[in-house]
Amino acid sequence: MALTTYVEAIRQGIWEEMEKDERVFVLGEDVGIYGGAFKVTAGMLERFGEWRIIDTPISESAIVGAAIGAALMGMRPIAEMQFADFIACAFDQITNFAAKSRYRWGAGVPIVIRAPSGGGVHGGPFHSQNPEMYFVHTPGLKVVCPSTAYDAKGLIKAAIRDPDPVIYFEHKYLYRRIKEELPSDDFIVPIGKAAIRRHGTDISVITYGAMVYTALEAAKELEKEGIDLEVMDLRSLLPFDREAVLDSVKKTNKVILLHEDTRIGGFAGELASVISEEAFEYLDGPIRRITAPDTPVPYSPPLEEFFLPKASDVVRVARELYAY
Amino acid sequence: MNLKAVNPQALSGGTIQLTTPPPEKTLHSMLYFMKLTRELEFRIERKLYRQGKIVGGVYVGRGQEAIAVGACIDLRHEDVVCPSHRDMGAFLIRGMSLRTIFAQYMARKTGATRGKDGNMHMGDLNLNLVPFISMLADNIPVATGIALSFKMRSQDRVALCFFGDGATSRGDFHEGVNMAAVLKVPVVFICNNNQYAYSTPLERQMAVANVADRAEAYGIPGEIVDGNDVLAVWDAVARAIERTRIGHGPTLIECKTFRMTGHSAHDDAGYVPHELFELWEERDPIKRFERYLSERGMITQGGIEEIDKRINREIDEAIQIAEKDPFPDPEDTLKDVYHEG
Repeated sequence: MALTTYVEAIRQGIWEEMEKDERVFVLGEDVGIYGGAFKVTAGMLERFGEWRIIDTPISESAIVGAAIGAALMGMRPIAEMQFADFIACAFDQITNFAAKSRYRWGAGVPIVIRAPSGGGVHGGPFHSQNPEMYFVHTPGLKVVCPSTAYDAKGLIKAAIRDPDPVIYFEHKYLYRRIKEELPSDDFIVPIGKAAIRRHGTDISVITYGAMVYTALEAAKELEKEGIDLEVMDLRSLLPFDREAVLDSVKKTNKVILLHEDTRIGGFAGELASVISEEAFEYLDGPIRRITAPDTPVPYSPPLEEFFLPKASDVVRVARELYAY
Repeated sequence: MNLKAVNPQALSGGTIQLTTPPPEKTLHSMLYFMKLTRELEFRIERKLYRQGKIVGGVYVGRGQEAIAVGACIDLRHEDVVCPSHRDMGAFLIRGMSLRTIFAQYMARKTGATRGKDGNMHMGDLNLNLVPFISMLADNIPVATGIALSFKMRSQDRVALCFFGDGATSRGDFHEGVNMAAVLKVPVVFICNNNQYAYSTPLERQMAVANVADRAEAYGIPGEIVDGNDVLAVWDAVARAIERTRIGHGPTLIECKTFRMTGHSAHDDAGYVPHELFELWEERDPIKRFERYLSERGMITQGGIEEIDKRINREIDEAIQIAEKDPFPDPEDTLKDVYHEG
């Protein structure tokens, strides 16, 4: 059976939902005739027509605002941000209108906002960001960050069917580097459920997005030394799988929190608090964070290489923690 | 002070002469809803607020009643209204009850937002009424999306979107109107140009003379109407709706009016030259419309008093009920952040 890339998995997920539910449509910049900057919507214009694959002006705020309006009228819009970085332009519509609508007047806003995020592609400060935490801090939103092709497909489908606004961060670095065989049935990945990518007994590495592969690479390296990492892929940040996190920490008693996002106010901070509040007695060492430094994402390869957390960072911190 | 674009008849307190005015029943409804708006807001701002019974801010549309009423009176149920904060008439015409409105202002569980949000932030999907939020102009892209959903599904429905002159300075005005124009969706944009955004006068808001001048830049029709003439508003909106129903896209209608209060109940509007209030008082939309009707023998002084009596009775009853309505339970704080299936 053919292998499906991460980017193709997203495309399939959207396509299948659009075939099944005529309320589902896509709007965004260059999504139609061009098929999207990353070709996620390639071929859809021909299949679904210009009123379900809607090319818009460069207006992120209106793209999200229009998605909200259509959703209130019973549609299931998928709004594409060409790059996650541009989501800042739609921040107000997302955090004030979409996120608070159900709370204010009982009207849910079932929209999906797709946001191609992440570095490693030398995109510089405006094509590499990981802006998930602005939204994780906004009650009313859901935030997912798939790392595998299976999850990319399962989570986009779950997001489309979800009655609340979901921000779907798809990692650009993974688009064509990750591929796997996908089942042919209609599956979803439930929002809010983590997955253990490698079972281990010594240290839990809790991460998401492209950093899952960084953790796995480190685990392979450390295996040679007899250090057994458990690698947990959160998959969803809001809500996140609190139970799975605590279970893993209670099993291994040591934890590394790893993300590509910057450090202050990053998701690791929240995880560290939850772990220390609810599993303190189980810890045999300090909670360690590995994150990007608190800078913009730099452009030049040596700078970006420095910026991004690496497997060697995980190896180093794991050794320290193992010896603790 | 920009008056040149206002219907000159407005200066003498006249009313537009329409070849086909609405039927008499509609005219009476217009008067009722304008007067109901005025009295409802009077009670909220001048009575309940001062009695300490209102929770939070109060923003009224005194002097602007003709705009929402003229625009909404002939809408079909399936059409959608996205009002702003000085459009109480839109809520009333759509069918939001007085009790719900008073309960909303008194932060009760029976208010439109069940105590979750304040004052004019009211909506109800069953009434096809979508509430605005405090970030003015946010409802413009949302209205565009509502209209887009009609066009996509070939539904014979239109969206009406209201906002003030100040809101047109925000990027969402530009993005929303432009997208609606490009996609030619069935929406009518209605600007209540009341000359002030809080304390900021129009000339500090924009360097063009009229909000409607901006329409040309979007490739859509722009029309200036006397916002204190309910029939002028009715006529302009009716034509814009007719146009948009047959697929010709949005229109931007600028209703010239004046805010006869401060921005909110706590603002005495000391920054507004007093003569302006006097000037615009002469153009009061309700008095003008009463004169129009009585000159045509469509209403008597006794008839007007009957309406006032009915309105006072309806409002008294609603306040009585709303005042006894419960506050939300503290635990409700945690509810409805997400769908609870």
